[in-house]
Amino acid sequence: MTDDDLGLTYAYFLGCITPNRYPGIEAATKRIFKEFGIETKEMVGASCCPAPGVFGSFDMHTWLPVAARNLSIAEEMGLEIYVTCNGCYGSLQEADHLLKEHPKLKERTNKVLNEFGREYKGTTKVNHSIVILHDIIGLDKLKERITKPMNDVNVAVHYGCHFLKPREVRGHGSSETPYILEDLVKVTGAKEVEYKDKLMCCGAGGGNRTADTVQSLEWTRQKLVNAIMAGCDCMVHPCAFCHLQLDRGQAEMNKAFGTNFNFPILYATQFLGLAMGLSQTECGLDIQTTTMPEKLLK
Amino acid sequence: MGTLYEDIVAYGGEVFGEEHMETLRECVQCGKCTGGCPSGRNTALRTRKLFQMALLDLREEIFNAPELWFCSTCFTCYERCPKGVKTTDIIRIIRNLAAKEGHMSVPHRMIGVYVLKTGHAVPIGPDQMKLREAVGLESQPPTTQHPKNKEQLEQVRTIFRTTNYDAMIDFDWETMNLRGMKKGGKK
Repeated sequence: MTDDDLGLTYAYFLGCITPNRYPGIEAATKRIFKEFGIETKEMVGASCCPAPGVFGSFDMHTWLPVAARNLSIAEEMGLEIYVTCNGCYGSLQEADHLLKEHPKLKERTNKVLNEFGREYKGTTKVNHSIVILHDIIGLDKLKERITKPMNDVNVAVHYGCHFLKPREVRGHGSSETPYILEDLVKVTGAKEVEYKDKLMCCGAGGGNRTADTVQSLEWTRQKLVNAIMAGCDCMVHPCAFCHLQLDRGQAEMNKAFGTNFNFPILYATQFLGLAMGLSQTECGLDIQTTTMPEKLLK
Repeated sequence: MGTLYEDIVAYGGEVFGEEHMETLRECVQCGKCTGGCPSGRNTALRTRKLFQMALLDLREEIFNAPELWFCSTCFTCYERCPKGVKTTDIIRIIRNLAAKEGHMSVPHRMIGVYVLKTGHAVPIGPDQMKLREAVGLESQPPTTQHPKNKEQLEQVRTIFRTTNYDAMIDFDWETMNLRGMKKGGKK
């Protein structure tokens, strides 16, 4: 056992987009966590979180028991959860928060779960993968493992929405002056660059992408233009759903708007993975829409 | 059925607590929500107007407004509201009430179909299984869509039946699709 071996085990709540569209995010996260002695256990039989802005918009009374069912799987495993998508974070952490705040709601929700012998007890905790990187592994340990520093790389940080907000549920301090992603980018030696409307939404959430995809892509287009205008080489973020909108969205907007975007999009662990010496294949960056420039791979 | 305000407090109150929903009454129409709204700069969504309409009980007008569905639930206005109106949660509950009364688009209803079929809003297909193998993962994750986990998938379906979500989207259990839906998603 080395100093870097944390000897921790988490239940990985996969959700939908990470395992079913961007498995590179799953692979890179598992590989980095393993490097630091964090073991990942799969949550067998987990479903969609379900999407907080989507199912939360259609019927909160269905959204809640589905989320509670997912939480109960981790409770049975006796483990805390980690997620790689702000949507999953949004749903599972919000559901956990509401069920702990309102005992009657917990009772009503458990009546639904009891139909198939499950129970939500409130004994797990929902963690975001980038918080584990920042607070559990820590910047010092990460820094020691950077073998390919990103010294001349300018990075646009994109938070997505449900990582920071609502603050009363998330607990990561100010939603207007965040620092976690900035710290993780800087630890690689890269420069974190301020750009116009940095905290703006990607456009996909709340059923907006489904309601009108092209309209939602206009938000994304503005976001990318702002990052490019500020001289950024790539965008680093903590959300699989944002990844879909920002990455595949570029192919969709090139078709819809006649543009020619190919602006590199990386999940936080994909970016850190490259800096720690993983190949772009190991991080799944060669099986997505946007391509990685030499600058990020050297 | 009461006024729209009463329904918001009653339906949303069961999940968030009534006090949370009653913050709607505190709205002073300052417009800070609309000023910082990423949707408002691109769409017809005016959050301030939406809340005034809700307080004026303009139920049908709100339920029939396409822009009701252009909020991305980013929570920017929720954090900035100087009166503590729980904006995003109120918008989600207004949408819940609209959906219950049949105001739900076909693409939005289809998301429910995917979950009822696979447990996932975004299911996996053969092409994506190859992508998983390319990064050294099992071809299929051990979630509800995995053939080994039929019983677990059935639990998710039971929830949707219990809350009548299947009826709300007019789901046909025989075809496992929306009722009257032809192949390719055309009604």
